[in-house]
Amino acid sequence: MTPPPFSLDPWTFAAILGMALATYACRAGGYWIFSKIKPTPFLRAVLTYIPGTLFVSFVLPALVKGGLQTTVGAVVTLAVMLRTRAFPWSMLAGTVAAWAVWML
Amino acid sequence: MTRDKANHGPIVFTRHGMIRGARAALPMLLGTIPFSLVTGIAAQSAGLSALEQIIMSATVFGGAAQLLVLGNWATPAPVLTATLAAFTVNLRLLLMGPVLGPWFDRLRGWPLWGSLFLLVDQNWGLAVREMNAGGRDAGWIFGSGLAMWLQWVVVSAVGHAAGATLRLPPGHPLFFCSLAVFVCMLAGQWRGRIDILPWVVAAGVAITTSLIWPGSFYYIVAGAVAGSLTGAIRDTLRA
Repeated sequence: MTPPPFSLDPWTFAAILGMALATYACRAGGYWIFSKIKPTPFLRAVLTYIPGTLFVSFVLPALVKGGLQTTVGAVVTLAVMLRTRAFPWSMLAGTVAAWAVWML
Repeated sequence: MTRDKANHGPIVFTRHGMIRGARAALPMLLGTIPFSLVTGIAAQSAGLSALEQIIMSATVFGGAAQLLVLGNWATPAPVLTATLAAFTVNLRLLLMGPVLGPWFDRLRGWPLWGSLFLLVDQNWGLAVREMNAGGRDAGWIFGSGLAMWLQWVVVSAVGHAAGATLRLPPGHPLFFCSLAVFVCMLAGQWRGRIDILPWVVAAGVAITTSLIWPGSFYYIVAGAVAGSLTGAIRDTLRA
């Protein structure tokens, strides 16, 4: 059952506050540390590879876990994206493809 | 201001850049609607009030962390567990901030700390491309992040309100939208042959980690760090 819309439980509030602080520490902390240490050329080279490898590390395990529906959707999304370079069409096509596999 | 002008000279932080960023984020705003809805629904079924749900979405602004914590909610609220879970799920954000250093280094005060607060995977991926393409207006990251944040707070509140009536089964293909966003971002990061080895290493390490340690989120950081180190070491050996 749902509590009254404007109720605020102190423990819930404390948990939310903890989550918010921990998340902001990650968002701002990485940049803050790097701005203090004056990164070497090697560290700067590492940073140039972060964007691609981060998205690879997000997507590939999700495909392994998600099975056929997810893989077909991802392949279609990627194919349309490489052809059209248009986010909306790629996402739409991929989702429709995933949906089609799901209906089968 | 024309785009040409924005591409030359020092780093700036303008309203124009914010609007351009928000406009570029539009497809992500649509693509992440199911994700936002589901998070609101999860908060409702965990027993959070509308106010508590809105405060959580507005201050944490991290879907994966919120879903994980809400899926394991208890009464009284698990303060320490929730905090630790948010930290480990969001460790990848530690790696994201420094990449935008060329922009952030020129900012002070609220444009800097506010932009960092609004940093999420989607607007970060777009911003990295914008910056590498010569974009000089750091308002771009703030505007795109603010648009993502507004959508997140509003749509997850709608999810909470719709609550029990709007239930999608876990495997529903609409959830694929969130992953499709990431696939598009991935395609945008490809730079050529130099990326082959780091990406293969990242994929291998991430998949292996996710298989030996199911349910945890370390695989993202593990894959990204392993792949990026590989690329940097190879470049150093070649140079």
